[in-house]
Amino acid sequence: MNKTYGLLAEFSTHEKLIHAAEEAYAAGFRKMDGYAPFAVEGLAEALGKKNRLPLLVLIGGIIGGTGGYFMEWYANAISYPINIGGRPIHSWPAFIPITFELSVLCAGLTAFFGSLALNGLPRPYHPLFHIPEFDRASQDRFFLCIEANDAKFHPKETRAFLAGLGPLSIKEVPE
Amino acid sequence: MNAPDQSPLTSNFSPSQSPLGYPTNLLAPGQTYETVNATIADVPLKPAPGPWWVGFIIASLLLLMFLVAVTWLFIKGVGIWGVNVPVAWGFAIVNFVWWVGIAHAGTFISAILLLLFQPWRTAINRFTEAMTLFAVCCAGLMPLLHLGRPWVFYWLLPYPDTMRLWPQFRSPLVWDVFAVGTYFTISLLFWYLGLVPDLATVRDRAKKLWQKKLYGFFALGWRNSAAHWQRHQIAYLLLAGLATPLVLSVHSVVSFDFAVAIVPGWHSTIFPPYFVAGAIYSGFAMALNIIIPVRKIYHLEHLITGRYLNNMANIMLVTGMIVAYGYFIEAFMAWYSGDIFEIYMMMNRAFGPYGWVFWLLMLCNVLVPQALWSARIRRNALLLFVVALFINVGMWIERFVIVISSLNRDYSPSTWAMFYPTKWDWMTLFGSVGLFLTLLFLFIKFLPMISISETRELVAEPEKATTP
Amino acid sequence: MNHPASNGRARPQGAPDGSASRPYQRETDEFVPGSNEWPDDLSRREFLRLAGATLALAGLNSCTKQPLETIVPYVKQPEIVIPGKPLRFATASQFGGFGQGLLVTAYEGRPTKIEGNPTHPASLGATTVWSQADVLDLYDPDRAQTVTTGGAIKTVSDFWDALNLAIEPLKQNGGAAFRILSEPISSPTLLAQLDRVLQSFPAARWAIWDPLNRDTIAGAEVICDFTKAKVVVAFDSDFLYAHPYALRNARDVANRRRVIEPHGAGMNRFYAAEPTPTITGSNADHRIAVAARDVLPLAQTIAAELGIGVATPRNIENADWIAAVVRDLNASRGESVVIAGETQPPELHALVAQMNAMLGNMGNTVAATPALSLPGSQIAFGDLVEEMQRSAVELLVIFGGNPRYDAPADFNFADAFNKVKLRVHHSVYFNETSRHSHWHVPATHFLESWSDTRAFDGSVSIVQPLIEPMYVGVSAHEILEAVTERSPRSAYEILRSHWSGPEPAPDFEAKWRRALSDGVVTEFQPPSFAGAGQSIAPAPSATPLEKRQRSEARGSQLEILFRPDVSVRDGRYANNGWLQELPRRFSSLTWDNAALISPELAKAAGLNNGDVVELTFRDRKLRAPLWIQPGQAKHSVTLPLGYGREIVGGVGRNVGFNAYALRTSDSLWFADDLTIHKTADRHWLVTTQHHHDVTGRGILHDGTLDEFLADPHYAQKPEELPPLGYTLYDPSEYPYKGYKWGMVVDLNVCIGCHACTIACQAENNIPVVGKQQVGVHREMHWIRVSTFYSGTEENPRITHQPVPCMHCENAPCELVCPVAATAHDNEGLNLQIYNRCVGTRYCSNNCPYKVRRFNFLEYNGRLSPSEKLVKNPDVTVRSRGVMEKCTYCIQRINAARITAELDQRKIRDGEIVPACAQVCPVEAITFGNMNDPRSRLMRLKRSPLNYWMLGELNTQPRTSYLAKLRNVNAELVRSD
Repeated sequence: MNKTYGLLAEFSTHEKLIHAAEEAYAAGFRKMDGYAPFAVEGLAEALGKKNRLPLLVLIGGIIGGTGGYFMEWYANAISYPINIGGRPIHSWPAFIPITFELSVLCAGLTAFFGSLALNGLPRPYHPLFHIPEFDRASQDRFFLCIEANDAKFHPKETRAFLAGLGPLSIKEVPE
Repeated sequence: MNAPDQSPLTSNFSPSQSPLGYPTNLLAPGQTYETVNATIADVPLKPAPGPWWVGFIIASLLLLMFLVAVTWLFIKGVGIWGVNVPVAWGFAIVNFVWWVGIAHAGTFISAILLLLFQPWRTAINRFTEAMTLFAVCCAGLMPLLHLGRPWVFYWLLPYPDTMRLWPQFRSPLVWDVFAVGTYFTISLLFWYLGLVPDLATVRDRAKKLWQKKLYGFFALGWRNSAAHWQRHQIAYLLLAGLATPLVLSVHSVVSFDFAVAIVPGWHSTIFPPYFVAGAIYSGFAMALNIIIPVRKIYHLEHLITGRYLNNMANIMLVTGMIVAYGYFIEAFMAWYSGDIFEIYMMMNRAFGPYGWVFWLLMLCNVLVPQALWSARIRRNALLLFVVALFINVGMWIERFVIVISSLNRDYSPSTWAMFYPTKWDWMTLFGSVGLFLTLLFLFIKFLPMISISETRELVAEPEKATTP
Repeated sequence: MNHPASNGRARPQGAPDGSASRPYQRETDEFVPGSNEWPDDLSRREFLRLAGATLALAGLNSCTKQPLETIVPYVKQPEIVIPGKPLRFATASQFGGFGQGLLVTAYEGRPTKIEGNPTHPASLGATTVWSQADVLDLYDPDRAQTVTTGGAIKTVSDFWDALNLAIEPLKQNGGAAFRILSEPISSPTLLAQLDRVLQSFPAARWAIWDPLNRDTIAGAEVICDFTKAKVVVAFDSDFLYAHPYALRNARDVANRRRVIEPHGAGMNRFYAAEPTPTITGSNADHRIAVAARDVLPLAQTIAAELGIGVATPRNIENADWIAAVVRDLNASRGESVVIAGETQPPELHALVAQMNAMLGNMGNTVAATPALSLPGSQIAFGDLVEEMQRSAVELLVIFGGNPRYDAPADFNFADAFNKVKLRVHHSVYFNETSRHSHWHVPATHFLESWSDTRAFDGSVSIVQPLIEPMYVGVSAHEILEAVTERSPRSAYEILRSHWSGPEPAPDFEAKWRRALSDGVVTEFQPPSFAGAGQSIAPAPSATPLEKRQRSEARGSQLEILFRPDVSVRDGRYANNGWLQELPRRFSSLTWDNAALISPELAKAAGLNNGDVVELTFRDRKLRAPLWIQPGQAKHSVTLPLGYGREIVGGVGRNVGFNAYALRTSDSLWFADDLTIHKTADRHWLVTTQHHHDVTGRGILHDGTLDEFLADPHYAQKPEELPPLGYTLYDPSEYPYKGYKWGMVVDLNVCIGCHACTIACQAENNIPVVGKQQVGVHREMHWIRVSTFYSGTEENPRITHQPVPCMHCENAPCELVCPVAATAHDNEGLNLQIYNRCVGTRYCSNNCPYKVRRFNFLEYNGRLSPSEKLVKNPDVTVRSRGVMEKCTYCIQRINAARITAELDQRKIRDGEIVPACAQVCPVEAITFGNMNDPRSRLMRLKRSPLNYWMLGELNTQPRTSYLAKLRNVNAELVRSD
């Protein structure tokens, strides 16, 4: 099977990668991604990536907080009200700390698992892992991959386009 | 994997000094991606050096002692300790507060400094986050051991009980359960999230198959894609944003264990801020106590430069002064309140049977740290190590003073009594240190102990690394 | 004599069977050899015995003993026994030979709790600490369990044969070589039997030995009516505690001191002079500490002032005290009481009698005790010992006691004893005397056998058993019977026939049964017998007290005092865990005795608590640890008796030093020429209270009667307290409709006898934890009695304060419990839910009164089968890791609730009496419903003396206190 996943261009610095990304975006490519050994500022923007995570986290926090307070109120005031040292059955000030902690907890869980989910992780297998050089994406090299399922993708022209961006090398990534 | 066309990115700047003569660069000159990768990522892949083994064996022996103490405790009951009535809380609680405090530095460095865009966290945040986790492990165990009937600890958790019994949410101890639980979870996520890209690096550098498999598994298939990085960074920032109020809340809640009670010497509004400051104080001290030797053993001086130590010392000086202020205010308020119980408590603390402990506290936490005013000491790793050691001991003593010397003479004179720790108390304390160190040594051996990706950023953007 | 099954001595400490409410043992002696020495069948047999105990109850009904077997299966249930429902029976015990009326609670024939008998004049419903502890002795596995001779187990009939064998030859010369030694006896039946024996053996003699004897008062014994006394002067007398009539005395004094409203505050004034602090002295308005040897001169001076005799021309200290006493005595002639203790010489008692007579108290407030006619042919103990020395005694039968341990050192009893040909000892425990006797016969515990006894005031009670003998046991009646009769009858038959006489009156049965159920014989007098009518005590001829030379100007040389211990008395209670752990008064020492010295002496000699000193007295030496006792006379050293037992069960072993080693016949109570010098050693003394100063806190409110009359509300210190019901919360949230339980403790009458502490221990299954655990402050008592000193260290004012749980409405303990294991019920009780408690101990930290107790270890883990039987089935036995505390005896509340609901009414005022309140001789503790304005409780709570302990914390305690008042003499305040 010789279906390709995309074309992978290797660059030496993050400046070059960003430049390449901007070019590619300008050239109308959308289904593409850049790979760098650290979070290169502006790269995602250059590739036109969006992010919905903060909203999810906010929702998670709200659910945690309200849920927490409800639990305390239900447990101590509804389910099994007990006279504790003459204190009010619904002692709201005493319920605040746990409410806060649970907001943070739920928000945090959302942030972590949210980011993994959006990134489609964990994902043990990916076509790019076929390319031996791609190991260096986690070390000292910068890659731009234009995927085959992009509307404007064409094996020959796209390769030529990438070559114009001055990469160290260009590899075809098999599916 | 030295690429011939590797451009010497960092050669264009030289070691610089701040006007005051402090070391300012966070990175020794001549660092390339590869040097960074090699120094950090290859540690887990290579066999451990001799010093590691020595430390690890000592740590695991202490851990063994801990297990013995705990086993005997479960067989006989808390009566093997020195606790009694009136001093019903003993070492277990002291250790608990101490460990939780130590944990705080990690979160402070990784979260608060991140939000403040302090680049000097880069080389130490991973380390201190690990420290946080392990300290919280030790802390979390203590209240459990402290229980008279530890096998029913889960009654403190809310779950649908057949008898419709619930925790009593007015009790600070229940707040503790949630605070410490949350703290542990968030710290773990934060730490792991930061680890994922570095695990990918280790995965990609690993030669042996089992290493590839192992690190590959935990790397979750991370591909360094821009999209990944973007979400990763956002999530990381959000977690930091959440961890920041959390770290402040956790030790406040711990301080409520005392502040909510009516015991003279506990019932005080100063406790939350003063506990948080103390926590960060002891946390940084512990961080230094660990980083300084590790830095030496693994030759990380070019990554963990003098500037880190200097900054950490500064933080200790500041928090130390806050703590000292706390001590002063406690005494002042006792006098100012005119409350005979408070006044007696203060007198008893300073001049009672445990007076010598109080003055030892003053020595360790107030007097010795004044040395940090001197830049020479802040730059001298060895002296810094010693000062940090004093602070760690001092912070443990502080909790001892708060817990024991308040309880041993409270409202009712006819029940006043002394507390004397037994050998089991001491074994539990030092044993928990063993647990902490064992976990830490395993971390050093098997995980990248400095954030590789963030260090690469410094390599890529040298100007970041030199901003004073 | 050390077969494991025959006595506790041979049984290793900590063995499952050898632990009478055994103090918690260290894990080291967990499986010591011998721990499995308890034969399995024995425990089973004992178990059947207990099941058979229902017989006792059935028997009490029909007043005939049926054979054991018929009721063992418990098939036919005796109609009065309802499982789970306790029955109460009147009986009586002995205190120094005098009867104490008791009411004993039994579950399915298992006595678990002893109370006082309200109809008994010497008890009025209260008991001493010793009566409370007696029930623990009953189940003590260290009790003698079989007849033994030379260590070999024998049957009772073996003993009868041996006894007859020994007696036959004695019959020839009228029993010239036959002697009987006993403790003081007041049992009419036993005295009659004794008389019969002594008549059939004209040459035989009997002697009495009691180490705590009252011989010095011989014949001068008086009963005082303190309710009529405006002024009380006590010379070294502990008539409120260590006195056969103490319970009644305490009640009467209290009735003269109880102040609730300013009007009708007819408080008596109470002077005491004593060498060492006693319960009595600590309750005096004006107490002076004088050496025992100076008490007589002091009294003589007072007498002289009153116009009796001439003052000894010696300058006496405390002139102002003397003046005040004289003035008050003169001012209240016929309404005062002068009383002296048995520790003072006969001269003083004669003098006191003169004073009472001359003050017109005789017949008003003071009356002679009814004489008890004793059989003749009695000899003094000293003479008996001297006969034994001459080997003139061939058969010596000893009833009870432990002379080989507690006889005066100069008698050299051990030698004399060994010269007796046949020695028989009859006692409940196998002790030092038993060890050196040929035969030891286990005596039945008073809860196990029939007898009768006579109280200090002459009222007679029948002692009826509540349980079949746990082990082989013989009563004194049966032994005396065996001396004369061939086939001895049972104690019951002996007793009944004695009372019914040869031919019973037709109405005898009815009277008899009433006597049994009342606990006091009112309707018929004990039949007299042909005995030489002597006074109650033996002629003091033999007591060498007269021989004493009182040397002048003893100046600062030390004086030695021998005193009964407040817990183990003369040593008979040495194996009782409850009493060993009961804090000794003032010092709050447990599990030890110590030589008490004055603070001045300690300073002068540079001595500290726990220092071991060597005491030298009459060329005898003794090493003893020290305790510095404020209020101790400057040059007096007190040695508590009853410790250092050698042949004793596991509890009493290695506890304290034996002060009898120094006690000689001419210094039974005190003497001069004691020298002490410090040694290098120290002894670990453990106490339950280390600080006796309230440090100006709102814990103890006390003052003088005059202050109170001037400003009745002075004790409530309103400026300190938050306005009542001051709260941030909605007060209507917990209205406490229905019952609202509360308690008042009247410090004004509390004498600090600690009976409440031990009664609570008995009622609520509170474990004994042992010296080591008390040493680390883990004692478990639910109600403690704090003792506070004020004034000078040399002669402080002493105040006792019982502290149970306060049951605060704003309970700080409940707020902090993470699992709601302590919470309020709708009647305002602060509950502790044991099986929900996880043991964080936060509640204890947050309790300002520190009344909570924690099971740091498994304190109930190693109880022998018999010890488990003393536990109250209505109260949970707590296990390791849970918190516990006073519950206001919730089991009694619920019992009352059940009865009340059954006959559809509200619980009546006074229907619920917590154990502490029930035992209190002075009715200092009152429990009741705060929603009932007419209840006794509310009448007290409305008193201006009512205050909250640490009230400024606004915990709103349900337990409140009535402030302590002292009726001080204005003239003396300055010097005070």
